[in-house]
Amino acid sequence: MDLKTMTYIVVGLTFAVYIFIAIRARAGSTAEFYVAGKGVHPVLNGMATGADWMSAASFISMAGLIAFNGFDASVYLMGWTGGYVLLAMLLAPYLRKYGKFTVPEFIGDRFYSKSARAVAILCLIVASLTYVIGQMKGVGVAFSRFLEVPFATGVYVGMGIVFVYAVLGGMKGITYTQIAQYCVLIFAYTVPAVFISLQLTGNPIPQLGLGGNMSDGVALLDKLDQICVDLGFAAYTEQKGSTLNMFLLTMSLMIGTAGLPHVITRFFTVPKVRDARSSAGWALVFIAILYTTAPGVGAMARLNLMETIQTGPVGAVDGNIKYDEAPAWFTNWEKTGLLAYEDKNADGRIQYYGSGLDAQAATFGWAGNEMTKVDRDIMVLANPEIAKLPNWVIALVAAGGIAAALSTAAGLLLAIASAVSHDLLKGILMPGISEKSELMASRVAMAGAIVVAGLLGLDPPGFAAQTVALAFGLAASSIFPALMMGIFNKRMNNAGAIAGMLAGLLSTLVYIFWFKGWLFFKSTAMAPDTPEHWMLGISPGSFGAVGALINFTVAYVVSKMTSPPPESIQHLVEDIRVPSGSGGPVGGH
Amino acid sequence: MDRAKEYWMANIKLVIVCIAIWFVVSFGFGILLAEPLNGIRLGGYKLGFWFAQQGSIFTFVALIFFYAHRMNILDRKFGVHED
Repeated sequence: MDLKTMTYIVVGLTFAVYIFIAIRARAGSTAEFYVAGKGVHPVLNGMATGADWMSAASFISMAGLIAFNGFDASVYLMGWTGGYVLLAMLLAPYLRKYGKFTVPEFIGDRFYSKSARAVAILCLIVASLTYVIGQMKGVGVAFSRFLEVPFATGVYVGMGIVFVYAVLGGMKGITYTQIAQYCVLIFAYTVPAVFISLQLTGNPIPQLGLGGNMSDGVALLDKLDQICVDLGFAAYTEQKGSTLNMFLLTMSLMIGTAGLPHVITRFFTVPKVRDARSSAGWALVFIAILYTTAPGVGAMARLNLMETIQTGPVGAVDGNIKYDEAPAWFTNWEKTGLLAYEDKNADGRIQYYGSGLDAQAATFGWAGNEMTKVDRDIMVLANPEIAKLPNWVIALVAAGGIAAALSTAAGLLLAIASAVSHDLLKGILMPGISEKSELMASRVAMAGAIVVAGLLGLDPPGFAAQTVALAFGLAASSIFPALMMGIFNKRMNNAGAIAGMLAGLLSTLVYIFWFKGWLFFKSTAMAPDTPEHWMLGISPGSFGAVGALINFTVAYVVSKMTSPPPESIQHLVEDIRVPSGSGGPVGGH
Repeated sequence: MDRAKEYWMANIKLVIVCIAIWFVVSFGFGILLAEPLNGIRLGGYKLGFWFAQQGSIFTFVALIFFYAHRMNILDRKFGVHED
């Protein structure tokens, strides 16, 4: 069976499963719609959180980032997992004990202020919407690549599917669908990795294979280091960027993870406070399966790529593969434009090398690196082809990528919908709204969010990568500090929290816009986005950690200068600090 | 000191221990000390590289379950557990 038919069947089957689950788990009350009635088992909730968390970026881009940045890409591995430790210890159990539906609701109540709630709604919507645009784009790309339909059609199909199961099922439908999506995406990710690890090192477990030896007895990572250096690239396992930047980027990603509302909301869905703690652990187990496999995928893909091209000694006349003899995957990806080759020295062979070899390369008769484009996003998708795996595996990887993008998009859309209907409408504008109308409003809000995200995803303003950094920076600098101080500092009052959130949010935004252009219009940037212009060498993407520090400091100083919160709020804080009396599942039971 | 305060202090102490470990394995071993640690081998891995790409993540998982387990014990000891 050809690849296209196979892909249609596999992707179609997974969609049928998602929709079937959504219809079975239709939400009937607002509690079911927002938090699945607080009745989801912690292990299942962990699995759903894993799918919710791992987006197209984790599934498709991360291994490619690792392949081409080596050690420096560790920031993403640590940054996108370490946040769960913060969540489990600093936020999740207390927010679950508080027992409401949304993050802005907690902030509004704890800081006894509608303005605080409004600021939190603003942070939430900006962070979630920027993130979801990237997901819709990912869906469109996966569809257009594998189903050979136009990019726009791919986005429309994706919008339609999310619409059906997210709007109907709410959190309940999304949770059970995400469990299925987790199974699809983790299976799709690990199967090729196992085969490739087996081929290269004889060990089927990629985590061990990466630290194993090749058939010639040399350690895989040593061999990779050696090839990288021989070809003029930086050694794979050595640090290339600045330590300060690595430190701050890791910190921003960790704090951002713990502050992203669609992740936090997941811990409102478990029955008990102690489940919120263990559920964070389970979520990380399911995430770690992919995240500890990714370094193996990245390193092995890089090795395979370089060895495919450099077949003999560096500099030998016949040391490089002839273009005519390049494998099928090479020419297949060339067609997409994501891989580009230019025969600069007209010898009919491919030379792929880094700037470290430039001087020497001239003596070989090489006229420059001929792999003029190797898009890092193709690594995971091309992997099964590089390893010569059967078509069903390739089809599965396509379904996995789509599952990763859809599950994250659904979680983000729900966070946006609940912020609009529950916080903005019911909380601030129309307090008297009935449960039925609120449920209707959240469905309409979600449909609206899907349309906006889809349309923006159709014509992305060309800043997908930067906006992900912005989403994390925003969450890190605004939401996380406010939540943490609300729980751990009884003296924190409304003025302090609002001032802190605004200071953190604005400083981070200004720093990003300064280098990326106001509202991301590149022409309006105040300084070039290069290390020598950054303040102390801190990249805009890493600034979230500094923004969080500003938030904490401003909030502390302002709260010291203003009156303490009322007695009732201090009792509220004392109450959320102990698990007893959390109340069991609500609604639909 | 009343029971609630005592419970809270015990929790804070546990959190500080866990966060310290969290910091040491990732920012310490994985970033700041990665270079000297790379002199030590763990199979085919250099140790600093292993912590940055594998070890820190395994430690995070263990830490959360350790914390959850210890908190369940604390909850019972202070009689603030659910059900």
